[in-house]
Amino acid sequence: MATSVPDFSGQLIRGTQGAEVAHPFWGKLTWDIFPFYDPILLGTFLVVVAGGGALVAALTYYRLWGYLWNEWFTSVDHKKIGIMYMILATVMLVRGFSDAVLMRGHQALASAGYVGYLPSYHYDQVFTAHGVIMIFFVAMPFITGFMNYIMPLQIGARDVAFPFLNNFSFWLTVSGAILIMLSLFVGEYAATGWLAYPPLSGLTFSPGVGMDYYLWSLNIAGIGTTLSGINLIVTIVKMRAPGMTWMRMPIFTWTTLITNILIVATFPVLTVTLALLTADRYIGTNFFTSDLGGNPMMYVNLIWIWGHPEVYILTLPIFGIFSEIVPTFSRKRLFGYTSMVYATAVIMILSYIVWLHHFFTMGAGADVNSFFGITTMIISIPTGAKIFNWLFTMYKGRISFELPMMWTVAFLLTFVVGGMTGVLLAIPPADYVLHNSLFLVAHFHNVIIGGVVFGIFAGINYWWPKAFGFKLDRTWGLVSFWGWVVGFYFAFMPLYLLGLMGVTRRLSQFEDTIYAAYFFTAAIGVAMIAVGVLAFFVQIYVSIRNREALAVDGDPWNGRTLEWATSSPPPYYNFAFTPRVYRRDAWEHMKQAGYERKTDGFAPIHMPHYTATGVVISALWTVMGFALIWHIWWLAVASAMASLVYGIAHTFNYNRDYYVPVDEVADIEGARTKREAARNSVVAAE
Amino acid sequence: MTDMTANGPQQASESPPFDFHVVEDDHAHEHHETGTMLGFWLYLMSDCLLFGILFAVHAVLGQSYAAGPSPADLFEIELVLVSTFMLLFSSITYGFAMIAMQQGSKVGTQAWLAVTGVFGLAFLGLSIYEFEHLWHIGATPMASAALSSFWLLVGTHGLHVAAGAIWLVVLLAQVQIHGLTHENKRRIACLSLFWHFLDLIWIAVFSFVYLTGVLL
Repeated sequence: MATSVPDFSGQLIRGTQGAEVAHPFWGKLTWDIFPFYDPILLGTFLVVVAGGGALVAALTYYRLWGYLWNEWFTSVDHKKIGIMYMILATVMLVRGFSDAVLMRGHQALASAGYVGYLPSYHYDQVFTAHGVIMIFFVAMPFITGFMNYIMPLQIGARDVAFPFLNNFSFWLTVSGAILIMLSLFVGEYAATGWLAYPPLSGLTFSPGVGMDYYLWSLNIAGIGTTLSGINLIVTIVKMRAPGMTWMRMPIFTWTTLITNILIVATFPVLTVTLALLTADRYIGTNFFTSDLGGNPMMYVNLIWIWGHPEVYILTLPIFGIFSEIVPTFSRKRLFGYTSMVYATAVIMILSYIVWLHHFFTMGAGADVNSFFGITTMIISIPTGAKIFNWLFTMYKGRISFELPMMWTVAFLLTFVVGGMTGVLLAIPPADYVLHNSLFLVAHFHNVIIGGVVFGIFAGINYWWPKAFGFKLDRTWGLVSFWGWVVGFYFAFMPLYLLGLMGVTRRLSQFEDTIYAAYFFTAAIGVAMIAVGVLAFFVQIYVSIRNREALAVDGDPWNGRTLEWATSSPPPYYNFAFTPRVYRRDAWEHMKQAGYERKTDGFAPIHMPHYTATGVVISALWTVMGFALIWHIWWLAVASAMASLVYGIAHTFNYNRDYYVPVDEVADIEGARTKREAARNSVVAAE
Repeated sequence: MTDMTANGPQQASESPPFDFHVVEDDHAHEHHETGTMLGFWLYLMSDCLLFGILFAVHAVLGQSYAAGPSPADLFEIELVLVSTFMLLFSSITYGFAMIAMQQGSKVGTQAWLAVTGVFGLAFLGLSIYEFEHLWHIGATPMASAALSSFWLLVGTHGLHVAAGAIWLVVLLAQVQIHGLTHENKRRIACLSLFWHFLDLIWIAVFSFVYLTGVLL
């Protein structure tokens, strides 16, 4: 729409929304859609182009494209898909964290009487992108990656129930990530906040392509998440090893099951809500408009009916990770297994009936607000039970402070603070004061960083040896740990205080300089977190370099669950023989009962073929999304039809699986036997 | 629940009472097979939730006419009743297709599937006729929030039926090529679930959107 928006200095700058009327061939694409008036974006663009070019050149030079395509992109192996989810999440973490650095730096300057470096319009896009990326393309892929990699191993399965669907789900998530990254350099992103409330996000007030990027990227990624949820539920229900009854499942598997039930029972709500907003913007319907009977508050209700369970979709698997780590490093079985399972199930149910606490100020009245305030406070009871279970597991345990355990302790301390400020916010009268203040921002970062992010790092440090066969470097891991943990407190404790002082969220300019010291402290905190992030990459680099010295066998932590029964990394078929389970903590029981790995008598193993269909259809959907965003209608129709035809053609392929010959299994298992014998003789010699 | 761990107080001292290996020598059980129906059920439940939200939206906005036409002014209930019966008949004929499939009759299955498809297309044709008529008289989805929710709810159902019809044609071809194989039987059973599910949704649409719209 080529409208002009005033920047902070009052000077008019061009918008980057393309043509006002779509061209029949080019849609809204014009030459001025590239936001290079902004030196920050231009610089980022050059860095990305240089970095991306170097990566492509390196892959081409070392002839790795074929390897990547054949072994990874088209893979239906749950372990490889899990790792690809983790890589996607790590890449997006860098993007989301860069947004955070930009905001903290800008606010530190702006609160001290300077204008800062982000024009308001750009600043609004940055905080929107930060929220969307961190939730949908960092936290979600991380937890989906963990669930994909670990859960089938924990239940003694060889893959998930629908391996192709798994690959397809992953690539749909990538498709959403590509669209959101594209908005950085082609056009603009939404400037509405991460949940894009109408009427601000409607066509009248957000006429640009930014909102359309938001809608299509989330809808495509959301469909992938729903499919992945169905897949993992069926895997757990149908593919557990013989003897693994419900109450013998590892807690991480339990939380995976319940998380995916939440996903299947909430993501359709997100899909419909976004689809209705899309209809408002593309067709001109009146669901959420301010006139002709539309009801914007209905959007806020619907999006939070998805949004609050989403909070638990992120945290429950993380609770599962801690429930695996604490017993392993306390050398005790988990305290209160049964209560852990029921607490998780109760949280699943309660998470559906608290959504209104996100907008007590809507004015639903005292009765409604009381109900949702009370349910919100009740949800802290099962969560508290979990905290006590972990503490009692540690009590009188032989605790070893390996990196995963350090992250766990940091989580316990930090998460409790965040939980308590959450209970504070659940009191409607208090919420009327604190709503949309930085106190709220501090609270949810407190639970998401202190809970989800710490849990992700705990999980990465815990399961890395399983996935790659060597441990992560401890020294750099400690640098990363202290950078994150101390940095977190410096970055967010000042925000609590600022919130109590009345500072609202999403401000890019300040009249008064009394807040400067707090914002400056927060900026220092972000610098410390940046050290933590960088140290994480150094940790991975150093560990890969020293992988010989850090090499481990299948069970480096003396683990308790079945994933530790496999070699590290596990063979692509996971288990040569499906394990039979007799107890909870199956692997611990096997070790106690003097388990000897069977090294002969193998049978052919039934495995699925790799397929390119997921990549191809997702690529077509990415093109379709781009075409819809830019109103290139012919291209949208063409790519949609192409994906339909390709999908139908895929169903005509009946040759989906094969049997791994006995010889190949014997070779792989024999190599493991030799490797273990060599390691045992080294250990004996020492 | 702690007694779960008590199914064997004996430890490793005894001769190993635990056989930890499952030796599979028959390939008869393929878990991919048993999981598909559950997976499809779960998908249908997620779809059901999708419709549930659309119904909820209609419950909120269904009276927001914005001074425009109301259902009583617009709906030709007789026509909608005819299209309802088209869909109901298609469910019965799909049932006959399932019976023919279980009797192993390839031709019978194909014939009944084809009849089902014809009824489905008749339903779609009547829906398109109705939509075209509404658009023509100005009752567009843009006219009011009530019409927005009507169009999107009924339209989403129609898109599902259209998808089911395409799937049905694909299945006819696959049965022709491969016969009533195990995989094709599973696919026919999945489409059966999908088809009856859409029928069920339509009964809710007919009751809560059309009938209550005209009567209340």
